[in-house]
Amino acid sequence: MTDKTAIEKEAARIAEQGESAPRLARDPVNLPMINNWLEVIGDRHPGYTEVAPPAMVQVWTMGGLHGQRAPDDPLGAMMKILDEAGFTSVVATNSDQTYHRYLRIGEHVSVTSSLEDVTGPKKTALGEGWFVTTRSTWYVGDEAVAEMRFRVLKFRPAEKQETKPEPQKAQAIRPSINRDTEYFWEGCRNQELRIQRCGGCGLLRHPPGPMCPECGATKPKYLVSDGRGVVYSYVVHHHPQVPGKQTPFVIALVELDEGVRMLGELDGEPSIGLPVEVVFTKVDDELTMPSWRPRADR
Amino acid sequence: MRTGDSLPEWHVEATPTFVISTAIATRDFQDVHHDRDLAIKRGSKDIFINILTTTGLVQRYVTDWAGPEALVRQVNIRLGAPCYAYDTLKFFGQVVERDEQDLTIEVVGRTGHGDHVTGIVKIEVPA
Repeated sequence: MTDKTAIEKEAARIAEQGESAPRLARDPVNLPMINNWLEVIGDRHPGYTEVAPPAMVQVWTMGGLHGQRAPDDPLGAMMKILDEAGFTSVVATNSDQTYHRYLRIGEHVSVTSSLEDVTGPKKTALGEGWFVTTRSTWYVGDEAVAEMRFRVLKFRPAEKQETKPEPQKAQAIRPSINRDTEYFWEGCRNQELRIQRCGGCGLLRHPPGPMCPECGATKPKYLVSDGRGVVYSYVVHHHPQVPGKQTPFVIALVELDEGVRMLGELDGEPSIGLPVEVVFTKVDDELTMPSWRPRADR
Repeated sequence: MRTGDSLPEWHVEATPTFVISTAIATRDFQDVHHDRDLAIKRGSKDIFINILTTTGLVQRYVTDWAGPEALVRQVNIRLGAPCYAYDTLKFFGQVVERDEQDLTIEVVGRTGHGDHVTGIVKIEVPA
Protein backbone atom coordinates (compact mmCIF):
# COMPACT_ATOMS: atom_id res chain seq x y z
CA MET A 1 0.00 0.00 0.00
CA THR A 2 1.43 3.36 -0.95
CA ASP A 3 1.69 6.23 1.50
CA LYS A 4 -0.94 8.11 -0.44
CA THR A 5 -3.48 5.30 -0.25
CA ALA A 6 -2.74 4.73 3.43
CA ILE A 7 -3.15 8.40 4.29
CA GLU A 8 -6.39 8.67 2.31
CA LYS A 9 -7.76 5.57 4.02
CA GLU A 10 -6.98 6.98 7.46
CA ALA A 11 -8.49 10.33 6.46
CA ALA A 12 -11.70 8.61 5.39
CA ARG A 13 -11.83 6.72 8.68
CA ILE A 14 -11.44 9.92 10.72
CA ALA A 15 -13.95 11.81 8.56
CA GLU A 16 -16.51 9.05 9.08
CA GLN A 17 -16.35 9.56 12.83
CA GLY A 18 -18.05 12.91 12.23
CA GLU A 19 -18.17 15.57 14.94
CA SER A 20 -16.01 15.19 18.02
CA ALA A 21 -17.69 15.36 21.42
CA PRO A 22 -18.43 18.97 22.47
CA ARG A 23 -15.62 20.59 24.44
CA LEU A 24 -16.80 23.24 26.88
CA ALA A 25 -14.98 26.58 27.12
CA ARG A 26 -13.01 27.13 30.34
CA ASP A 27 -15.05 30.24 31.15
CA PRO A 28 -18.37 31.65 30.07
CA VAL A 29 -18.18 34.68 27.76
CA ASN A 30 -16.99 37.39 30.14
CA LEU A 31 -16.11 41.06 30.27
CA PRO A 32 -12.56 40.82 31.68
CA MET A 33 -11.41 38.61 28.78
CA ILE A 34 -13.22 40.86 26.31
CA ASN A 35 -11.55 43.93 27.78
CA ASN A 36 -8.12 42.31 27.64
CA TRP A 37 -8.72 41.52 23.99
CA LEU A 38 -9.97 45.03 23.17
CA GLU A 39 -7.00 46.55 24.96
CA VAL A 40 -4.33 44.61 23.07
CA ILE A 41 -6.04 44.76 19.67
CA GLY A 42 -6.62 48.48 20.32
CA ASP A 43 -10.29 48.20 19.40
CA ARG A 44 -12.36 51.11 20.78
CA HIS A 45 -15.67 49.74 19.50
CA PRO A 46 -18.21 50.86 22.12
CA GLY A 47 -20.58 47.92 21.63
CA TYR A 48 -18.66 45.20 23.43
CA THR A 49 -20.12 45.68 26.90
CA GLU A 50 -22.91 43.10 26.55
CA VAL A 51 -21.72 41.07 23.59
CA ALA A 52 -18.28 39.79 22.61
CA PRO A 53 -16.35 40.74 19.47
CA PRO A 54 -17.25 37.98 16.99
CA ALA A 55 -13.58 37.39 16.12
CA MET A 56 -13.09 36.25 19.74
CA VAL A 57 -15.18 33.13 19.20
CA GLN A 58 -12.17 30.83 19.02
CA VAL A 59 -10.60 32.47 22.08
CA TRP A 60 -13.30 31.07 24.39
CA THR A 61 -12.43 27.46 23.58
CA MET A 62 -8.64 27.67 23.31
CA GLY A 63 -6.90 24.84 25.13
CA GLY A 64 -4.80 27.15 27.30
CA LEU A 65 -1.23 26.82 28.51
CA HIS A 66 -1.40 23.11 29.31
CA GLY A 67 -4.03 22.20 26.73
CA GLN A 68 -4.13 18.66 25.36
CA ARG A 69 -6.04 17.65 22.28
CA ALA A 70 -9.01 15.42 23.02
CA PRO A 71 -8.53 11.82 21.82
CA ASP A 72 -11.37 12.26 19.31
CA ASP A 73 -10.03 15.56 17.95
CA PRO A 74 -9.87 14.98 14.17
CA LEU A 75 -7.13 17.51 13.45
CA GLY A 76 -4.89 15.98 16.12
CA ALA A 77 -5.52 12.48 14.76
CA MET A 78 -4.78 13.53 11.19
CA MET A 79 -1.62 15.42 12.23
CA LYS A 80 -0.33 12.27 13.93
CA ILE A 81 -0.82 10.19 10.78
CA LEU A 82 0.93 12.75 8.60
CA ASP A 83 3.76 13.12 11.14
CA GLU A 84 4.33 9.38 10.93
CA ALA A 85 4.38 9.59 7.12
CA GLY A 86 7.18 12.17 7.33
CA PHE A 87 5.12 15.32 6.85
CA THR A 88 6.36 16.83 10.09
CA SER A 89 5.88 20.58 9.67
CA VAL A 90 2.65 22.50 9.74
CA VAL A 91 1.47 25.92 8.63
CA ALA A 92 -2.07 27.30 8.69
CA THR A 93 -3.30 28.55 5.31
CA ASN A 94 -6.98 29.48 5.71
CA SER A 95 -9.43 30.42 8.42
CA ASP A 96 -12.99 31.09 7.36
CA GLN A 97 -15.24 32.10 10.23
CA THR A 98 -18.98 32.62 10.03
CA TYR A 99 -20.82 34.21 12.94
CA HIS A 100 -24.51 33.35 13.12
CA ARG A 101 -25.00 35.78 15.98
CA TYR A 102 -23.00 37.73 18.56
CA LEU A 103 -22.29 35.99 21.86
CA ARG A 104 -23.70 37.55 25.03
CA ILE A 105 -21.85 37.84 28.30
CA GLY A 106 -22.62 34.84 30.49
CA GLU A 107 -23.18 32.39 27.64
CA HIS A 108 -21.07 29.26 27.88
CA VAL A 109 -19.95 27.94 24.49
CA SER A 110 -18.72 24.52 23.52
CA VAL A 111 -17.01 23.47 20.32
CA THR A 112 -17.03 20.38 18.15
CA SER A 113 -14.82 19.59 15.24
CA SER A 114 -14.89 17.29 12.24
CA LEU A 115 -12.55 16.42 9.39
CA GLU A 116 -13.83 17.84 6.15
CA ASP A 117 -11.12 17.21 3.59
CA VAL A 118 -7.60 15.86 3.17
CA THR A 119 -5.90 16.51 -0.17
CA GLY A 120 -2.40 15.62 -1.30
CA PRO A 121 0.37 15.17 -1.76
CA LYS A 122 0.85 18.60 -3.33
CA LYS A 123 4.08 20.29 -4.23
CA THR A 124 4.27 23.69 -2.52
CA ALA A 125 6.91 26.35 -2.06
CA LEU A 126 7.51 25.00 1.46
CA GLY A 127 7.81 21.37 0.39
CA GLU A 128 5.56 18.46 -0.47
CA GLY A 129 2.52 18.27 1.74
CA TRP A 130 -1.14 17.61 2.47
CA PHE A 131 -3.90 20.16 2.95
CA VAL A 132 -6.09 19.23 5.89
CA THR A 133 -9.42 21.01 6.33
CA THR A 134 -11.48 20.79 9.48
CA ARG A 135 -14.79 22.33 10.40
CA SER A 136 -15.48 23.57 13.91
CA THR A 137 -18.89 24.55 15.21
CA TRP A 138 -19.50 26.56 18.36
CA TYR A 139 -22.70 25.91 20.27
CA VAL A 140 -24.62 27.57 23.07
CA GLY A 141 -26.72 24.67 24.27
CA ASP A 142 -27.99 23.09 21.03
CA GLU A 143 -27.81 26.30 19.03
CA ALA A 144 -24.93 26.61 16.55
CA VAL A 145 -23.64 30.18 16.96
CA ALA A 146 -20.50 30.19 14.83
CA GLU A 147 -18.54 28.03 12.43
CA MET A 148 -15.01 27.85 11.15
CA ARG A 149 -13.38 26.08 8.24
CA PHE A 150 -9.72 25.82 9.06
CA ARG A 151 -7.06 24.58 6.66
CA VAL A 152 -3.47 23.69 7.38
CA LEU A 153 -0.65 22.49 5.17
CA LYS A 154 1.17 19.59 6.76
CA PHE A 155 4.44 19.32 4.88
CA ARG A 156 7.84 17.71 4.60
CA PRO A 157 10.24 20.65 4.73
CA ALA A 158 12.10 21.09 1.44
CA GLU A 159 15.83 20.45 1.72
CA LYS A 160 17.25 23.80 2.62
CA GLN A 161 19.83 24.98 0.10
CA GLU A 162 22.71 26.32 2.12
CA THR A 163 23.57 28.75 -0.63
CA LYS A 164 21.22 30.17 -3.17
CA PRO A 165 22.38 29.43 -6.71
CA GLU A 166 24.80 32.14 -7.69
CA PRO A 167 23.11 34.29 -10.33
CA GLN A 168 24.83 34.12 -13.70
CA LYS A 169 26.34 37.54 -14.24
CA ALA A 170 26.34 36.98 -17.98
CA GLN A 171 22.53 36.73 -17.85
CA ALA A 172 22.29 40.28 -16.52
CA ILE A 173 20.04 42.58 -18.49
CA ARG A 174 22.31 44.53 -20.81
CA PRO A 175 21.97 48.22 -21.50
CA SER A 176 21.15 49.20 -25.05
CA ILE A 177 24.13 51.24 -26.10
CA ASN A 178 23.79 53.86 -28.83
CA ARG A 179 25.73 56.85 -30.10
CA ASP A 180 24.37 59.04 -27.32
CA THR A 181 25.37 56.67 -24.52
CA GLU A 182 28.49 54.96 -25.93
CA TYR A 183 30.85 57.38 -24.11
CA PHE A 184 29.30 56.42 -20.75
CA TRP A 185 29.84 52.67 -21.14
CA GLU A 186 33.30 53.20 -22.60
CA GLY A 187 34.05 55.21 -19.47
CA CYS A 188 32.87 52.37 -17.23
CA ARG A 189 35.18 49.95 -19.05
CA ASN A 190 38.00 52.39 -18.20
CA GLN A 191 36.87 52.83 -14.57
CA GLU A 192 35.64 56.33 -15.28
CA LEU A 193 32.22 57.64 -14.36
CA ARG A 194 31.46 60.10 -17.13
CA ILE A 195 28.81 62.79 -16.97
CA GLN A 196 27.54 64.34 -20.17
CA ARG A 197 28.45 67.99 -20.51
CA CYS A 198 27.03 70.31 -23.10
CA GLY A 199 29.61 71.41 -25.71
CA GLY A 200 27.80 74.73 -25.97
CA CYS A 201 26.86 76.01 -22.50
CA GLY A 202 28.68 73.48 -20.34
CA LEU A 203 25.56 72.18 -18.54
CA LEU A 204 26.03 68.79 -16.89
CA ARG A 205 23.25 66.30 -17.55
CA HIS A 206 22.32 62.68 -16.94
CA PRO A 207 20.93 60.46 -18.38
CA PRO A 208 22.60 61.26 -21.68
CA GLY A 209 20.72 62.68 -24.61
CA PRO A 210 21.54 64.11 -28.03
CA MET A 211 20.60 67.74 -27.34
CA CYS A 212 21.12 70.18 -24.50
CA PRO A 213 17.76 71.01 -22.90
CA GLU A 214 19.15 74.43 -21.95
CA CYS A 215 20.81 75.82 -25.09
CA GLY A 216 19.93 73.29 -27.78
CA ALA A 217 23.49 72.46 -28.71
CA THR A 218 24.01 68.99 -30.17
CA LYS A 219 27.71 68.53 -29.58
CA PRO A 220 27.89 66.89 -26.13
CA LYS A 221 31.19 66.30 -24.38
CA TYR A 222 31.76 64.75 -20.97
CA LEU A 223 33.41 65.30 -17.65
CA VAL A 224 34.87 62.53 -15.49
CA SER A 225 33.11 62.49 -12.15
CA ASP A 226 34.84 61.92 -8.84
CA GLY A 227 32.28 59.16 -8.40
CA ARG A 228 31.13 60.41 -5.02
CA GLY A 229 27.70 61.49 -3.87
CA VAL A 230 24.85 60.85 -1.46
CA VAL A 231 21.73 58.69 -1.73
CA TYR A 232 18.85 60.92 -2.83
CA SER A 233 16.29 58.10 -2.91
CA TYR A 234 16.17 54.33 -3.26
CA VAL A 235 13.98 51.27 -3.69
CA VAL A 236 14.50 47.74 -2.36
CA HIS A 237 13.53 45.32 -5.10
CA HIS A 238 12.03 42.03 -3.84
CA HIS A 239 9.92 40.81 -6.70
CA PRO A 240 9.87 39.79 -9.51
CA GLN A 241 13.16 37.98 -10.06
CA VAL A 242 15.57 39.80 -12.35
CA PRO A 243 17.96 37.84 -14.58
CA GLY A 244 21.48 37.84 -13.20
CA LYS A 245 20.39 39.27 -9.84
CA GLN A 246 19.67 37.85 -6.43
CA THR A 247 16.71 39.50 -4.70
CA PRO A 248 16.34 41.60 -2.67
CA PHE A 249 18.63 44.26 -4.07
CA VAL A 250 18.77 48.02 -3.69
CA ILE A 251 18.56 50.53 -6.53
CA ALA A 252 19.67 53.96 -5.40
CA LEU A 253 19.30 57.35 -7.02
CA VAL A 254 22.54 59.07 -6.11
CA GLU A 255 23.09 62.81 -6.22
CA LEU A 256 26.70 63.20 -7.34
CA ASP A 257 28.91 65.93 -5.92
CA GLU A 258 28.88 67.43 -9.44
CA GLY A 259 25.12 67.96 -9.11
CA VAL A 260 23.49 65.36 -11.38
CA ARG A 261 21.57 62.32 -10.18
CA MET A 262 22.37 58.81 -11.35
CA LEU A 263 20.72 55.42 -10.78
CA GLY A 264 22.60 52.30 -9.82
CA GLU A 265 22.62 49.30 -7.56
CA LEU A 266 23.74 49.97 -3.99
CA ASP A 267 25.65 47.26 -2.16
CA GLY A 268 24.86 48.04 1.48
CA GLU A 269 22.16 49.15 3.88
CA PRO A 270 20.40 52.07 2.19
CA SER A 271 19.37 55.34 3.80
CA ILE A 272 18.60 58.77 2.46
CA GLY A 273 21.70 60.97 2.57
CA LEU A 274 24.10 58.02 2.84
CA PRO A 275 27.50 59.04 1.38
CA VAL A 276 28.44 56.61 -1.41
CA GLU A 277 31.09 56.11 -4.04
CA VAL A 278 31.09 54.36 -7.38
CA VAL A 279 32.46 50.86 -7.96
CA PHE A 280 32.88 49.24 -11.33
CA THR A 281 32.04 45.59 -11.86
CA LYS A 282 33.21 43.92 -15.04
CA VAL A 283 30.50 41.67 -16.48
CA ASP A 284 32.48 40.70 -19.58
CA ASP A 285 34.83 42.34 -22.09
CA GLU A 286 32.00 44.43 -23.50
CA LEU A 287 30.20 45.50 -20.37
CA THR A 288 31.24 47.01 -17.04
CA MET A 289 28.46 48.16 -14.69
CA PRO A 290 28.80 51.05 -12.27
CA SER A 291 27.21 50.63 -8.86
CA TRP A 292 27.38 52.26 -5.42
CA ARG A 293 28.81 51.35 -2.06
CA PRO A 294 28.80 53.26 1.24
CA ARG A 295 31.89 55.46 1.58
CA ALA A 296 34.49 54.39 4.11
CA ASP A 297 35.30 58.00 5.04
CA ARG A 298 31.72 59.02 5.84
CA MET B 1 -20.46 52.84 1.62
CA ARG B 2 -20.63 51.72 -1.96
CA THR B 3 -18.95 49.19 -4.19
CA GLY B 4 -15.51 50.50 -5.05
CA ASP B 5 -15.12 52.56 -1.86
CA SER B 6 -11.67 52.23 -0.32
CA LEU B 7 -10.97 51.88 3.38
CA PRO B 8 -8.31 54.22 4.75
CA GLU B 9 -4.90 52.58 4.93
CA TRP B 10 -4.07 51.44 8.46
CA HIS B 11 -0.66 50.57 9.92
CA VAL B 12 -0.04 48.29 12.87
CA GLU B 13 3.42 48.28 14.46
CA ALA B 14 4.01 44.68 15.45
CA THR B 15 6.30 45.34 18.39
CA PRO B 16 7.34 42.33 20.51
CA THR B 17 4.94 43.62 23.19
CA PHE B 18 2.13 43.64 20.65
CA VAL B 19 2.90 40.12 19.38
CA ILE B 20 3.09 38.70 22.89
CA SER B 21 0.19 40.56 24.50
CA THR B 22 -2.18 39.67 21.67
CA ALA B 23 -1.13 36.01 21.73
CA ILE B 24 -1.80 35.80 25.46
CA ALA B 25 -5.10 37.73 25.27
CA THR B 26 -6.26 35.24 22.63
CA ARG B 27 -5.14 32.37 24.90
CA ASP B 28 -2.57 31.16 22.38
CA PHE B 29 0.45 29.95 24.34
CA GLN B 30 2.41 28.48 21.41
CA ASP B 31 6.05 29.36 22.11
CA VAL B 32 6.63 30.84 18.63
CA HIS B 33 4.38 33.75 19.65
CA HIS B 34 6.25 34.71 22.82
CA ASP B 35 9.69 33.08 23.02
CA ARG B 36 12.14 34.43 20.51
CA ASP B 37 14.91 31.87 21.24
CA LEU B 38 12.55 28.99 20.55
CA ALA B 39 11.01 30.71 17.53
CA ILE B 40 14.46 31.07 15.99
CA LYS B 41 15.36 27.50 16.90
CA ARG B 42 12.26 26.36 15.01
CA GLY B 43 13.38 28.17 11.88
CA SER B 44 11.57 31.51 12.20
CA LYS B 45 13.44 34.77 12.15
CA ASP B 46 11.57 36.05 15.22
CA ILE B 47 8.32 35.62 17.14
CA PHE B 48 5.28 36.26 14.97
CA ILE B 49 1.59 37.19 15.25
CA ASN B 50 -0.88 34.34 15.81
CA ILE B 51 -3.89 33.69 13.59
CA LEU B 52 -6.52 34.71 16.15
CA THR B 53 -4.89 38.12 16.33
CA THR B 54 -4.79 38.47 12.56
CA THR B 55 -8.51 37.66 12.51
CA GLY B 56 -9.10 40.26 15.22
CA LEU B 57 -7.13 42.93 13.39
CA VAL B 58 -9.02 42.27 10.16
CA GLN B 59 -12.31 42.60 12.05
CA ARG B 60 -11.18 45.80 13.75
CA TYR B 61 -9.96 47.31 10.46
CA VAL B 62 -13.41 46.85 8.95
CA THR B 63 -15.49 47.90 11.98
CA ASP B 64 -13.31 50.98 12.62
CA TRP B 65 -14.30 52.05 9.13
CA ALA B 66 -17.90 50.79 9.05
CA GLY B 67 -18.83 52.05 12.52
CA PRO B 68 -20.21 50.29 15.61
CA GLU B 69 -23.64 49.69 14.09
CA ALA B 70 -22.21 47.27 11.50
CA LEU B 71 -22.57 43.58 12.32
CA VAL B 72 -19.74 41.26 11.33
CA ARG B 73 -21.03 38.08 9.68
CA GLN B 74 -17.94 36.48 8.19
CA VAL B 75 -14.18 36.80 8.29
CA ASN B 76 -12.54 34.58 5.65
CA ILE B 77 -8.80 34.88 5.53
CA ARG B 78 -5.93 33.30 3.69
CA LEU B 79 -2.61 33.39 5.47
CA GLY B 80 0.67 34.18 3.76
CA ALA B 81 3.98 35.54 5.01
CA PRO B 82 4.30 35.60 8.82
CA CYS B 83 4.11 38.99 10.51
CA TYR B 84 7.22 39.07 12.68
CA ALA B 85 8.07 41.27 15.62
CA TYR B 86 9.27 44.69 14.38
CA ASP B 87 7.29 44.38 11.13
CA THR B 88 4.82 47.07 10.14
CA LEU B 89 1.57 45.47 9.05
CA LYS B 90 -0.23 47.67 6.54
CA PHE B 91 -3.91 47.13 5.86
CA PHE B 92 -5.73 48.03 2.68
CA GLY B 93 -9.39 47.40 1.89
CA GLN B 94 -12.12 47.97 -0.61
CA VAL B 95 -15.86 47.33 -0.84
CA VAL B 96 -16.25 44.77 -3.62
CA GLU B 97 -19.97 44.10 -3.35
CA ARG B 98 -23.03 45.69 -1.82
CA ASP B 99 -26.45 44.08 -1.81
CA GLU B 100 -28.75 46.36 0.17
CA GLN B 101 -27.54 46.01 3.79
CA ASP B 102 -24.94 43.33 3.05
CA LEU B 103 -21.40 44.44 2.19
CA THR B 104 -18.41 42.40 1.15
CA ILE B 105 -15.06 44.01 1.84
CA GLU B 106 -11.77 42.75 0.47
CA VAL B 107 -8.87 43.19 2.87
CA VAL B 108 -5.10 42.81 2.46
CA GLY B 109 -2.57 43.04 5.28
CA ARG B 110 0.98 43.39 4.04
CA THR B 111 4.46 43.50 5.55
CA GLY B 112 7.84 44.05 3.92
CA HIS B 113 7.98 40.27 3.29
CA GLY B 114 4.74 40.17 1.29
CA ASP B 115 1.06 39.60 1.92
CA HIS B 116 0.51 38.42 5.48
CA VAL B 117 -3.24 38.10 5.08
CA THR B 118 -5.74 38.42 2.26
CA GLY B 119 -9.42 37.85 2.60
CA ILE B 120 -12.94 39.08 2.71
CA VAL B 121 -15.14 40.34 5.51
CA LYS B 122 -18.93 40.30 5.23
CA ILE B 123 -20.86 42.81 7.28
CA GLU B 124 -24.43 43.94 7.62
CA VAL B 125 -25.12 47.65 8.03
CA PRO B 126 -28.29 49.37 9.25
CA ALA B 127 -30.82 50.16 6.52
